[in-house]
Amino acid sequence: MKSVNLAGSLTNVMSATGHDMKFPKFSAPTLLLLPAIVVLAAVIVLPLLFSLYSSFTPFRLTKPESIWVFIGFRNYVSVLTNIEFWTAFGRTVLLLTVALNAEMFLGLGLAMLVNKATHGQRLLRTLMMFPMMFSPVLVGFQFKFLFNDNIGFVNNALQSLGLTTNAIPWLIDGNLALFSIIVAEVWSSTAVFAILILAGLLAMPQEPVEAARVDGCTPWQTFRYVTWPYLMPFAFIAMTIRSLDVARAYDIVKIMTDGGPAKRTELLWTLVGRTAYSDARMGLANAMAYISILLSILFTVYFFRKLAAARQQIGAEW
Amino acid sequence: MDQNSAHRLKRRGLKFLHLVGLFIAMLIICMPGLWIVLSSLRPTVEIMAKPPVWIPQDISLDAYRAMFGGAGQGGIPVWEYFRNSLVISITSTIIALTIGMAGGYAFARYKFKGKSGIFLGFMLTRAVPGIALSLPLFMIFARVGIIDTHFAMILIYVALNVPFTIWLIDGFFRQVPKDLAEAAQIDGCTRWQAFWQVEFPLAGPGIASAGIFAFLTSWNEYALASQITRSVNSKTLPVGLLDYTSEFTIDWRGMCALAVVMIIPALTLTFIIQKHLVSGLTFGAVKG
Repeated sequence: MKSVNLAGSLTNVMSATGHDMKFPKFSAPTLLLLPAIVVLAAVIVLPLLFSLYSSFTPFRLTKPESIWVFIGFRNYVSVLTNIEFWTAFGRTVLLLTVALNAEMFLGLGLAMLVNKATHGQRLLRTLMMFPMMFSPVLVGFQFKFLFNDNIGFVNNALQSLGLTTNAIPWLIDGNLALFSIIVAEVWSSTAVFAILILAGLLAMPQEPVEAARVDGCTPWQTFRYVTWPYLMPFAFIAMTIRSLDVARAYDIVKIMTDGGPAKRTELLWTLVGRTAYSDARMGLANAMAYISILLSILFTVYFFRKLAAARQQIGAEW
Repeated sequence: MDQNSAHRLKRRGLKFLHLVGLFIAMLIICMPGLWIVLSSLRPTVEIMAKPPVWIPQDISLDAYRAMFGGAGQGGIPVWEYFRNSLVISITSTIIALTIGMAGGYAFARYKFKGKSGIFLGFMLTRAVPGIALSLPLFMIFARVGIIDTHFAMILIYVALNVPFTIWLIDGFFRQVPKDLAEAAQIDGCTRWQAFWQVEFPLAGPGIASAGIFAFLTSWNEYALASQITRSVNSKTLPVGLLDYTSEFTIDWRGMCALAVVMIIPALTLTFIIQKHLVSGLTFGAVKG
């Protein structure tokens, strides 16, 4: 009896202090978000601030004392006037534009193909997700194997079919190597688009499509003016997800060509890695890294905005 | 009558084209993986043969036996890498899930100032490319002296996984109607009880799939691991894969076998969650 009373009064006291006294400033959501904020601040934000600082120094791993020398914007100037950097930058933008557009169209096509299938949809959907499970390293390695000029599947197939007699140097010729990388990238990420667009197709109400057909729309018009607007938010979600890790391409390129041949497939990220770890010029590399971070963030914010806009449009229509 | 049959013919033709398209698409998706599996079972001579041998003559599990048979072939400590990968991925997933559940619940159930700003901020931390993050982390970790430890990798992967886990779990909690928890509270539950006994079980499968997603991210990550891990102490499988490449030659068969070992857990787990994963990701699409 006594102990029950004691326990009761204890909880009373505790709840009273909890409400009024103990954390007068922290509300429930702040407390709940605190661990996430602490971890992200410690592992991501603080290191980034540190690298921002070191991008203003001539820091080299081999000379630790150079971290204290402040050289202002000299790293940024030398990065921004470096032709190698701009080539890598341009190539990265080119690769992303081509790859993302191809992924979008192929993903849309794949989603519609699977959506039309009458039998075995579950199996098809599972197969469709297959490339998503591959680690980018594995994707890189796998396509390095397939595109190998001597023993690769692609050349073997082309030669056995009699389409060509000599080995095509897929990963040795600069342009072909970039093409091979784009193929690998598209193979691995089309699934993201396909799955999300398929989810959109499945969630879409059928009445508007039927109404459009009754009103005499051609299949193209039905798709363009009825189906596509519904699918937009799903496509933008896929874009947002993809833009969160566009740097996946680093792993693929690192394995397939490591920026070669003769730096013809050097991307922003491989250039950063090479400057930092092979040349040990951390300060300079951090300056480059900052520019590539800004690029990623711009990209993400852009699609996040687009997503919000598309969502609102749909919300108004539904 | 004539028009009818023409129409039917056209319809059959379209259906046939659809099947062919579907078949080709699926072939392109599956072929690379199957080729890896096949190559891991063939002797090196057959892989290297010129002209190519299309029909496998000699199937064996030698590559796997050599790989797991200790430091036999090439001395690559696959067991250690496997154990490192497992320890790092599982621990970081559990921690990320706990943090993500708290955060996701806050976003799904509370209104507070700067909510969408904080959410976007969390997402943006995920947009930092791994290689760019690896530079400062390498410098700091080297200073603190935790390079090449499990602890360092776990810490990094928790931070990498938290934003996405929050996104997914936020979506799953929103799918649980608010009224249920309120009803439970009216019936005398505390908020905590309402959460554990009503909302958590309903969002459970979704949370589990967020966990599997986090596990896969850690399992597959390479850019950071390749810089922070140095030896058998903490090297993970994706980094270990590179042990099969030496300067001029690549042990294709061994690499294929290790690739298969890496992909099997990922495959199994993804099959389990596929349904929840898509619904979790798309939930935010239609309802803000």
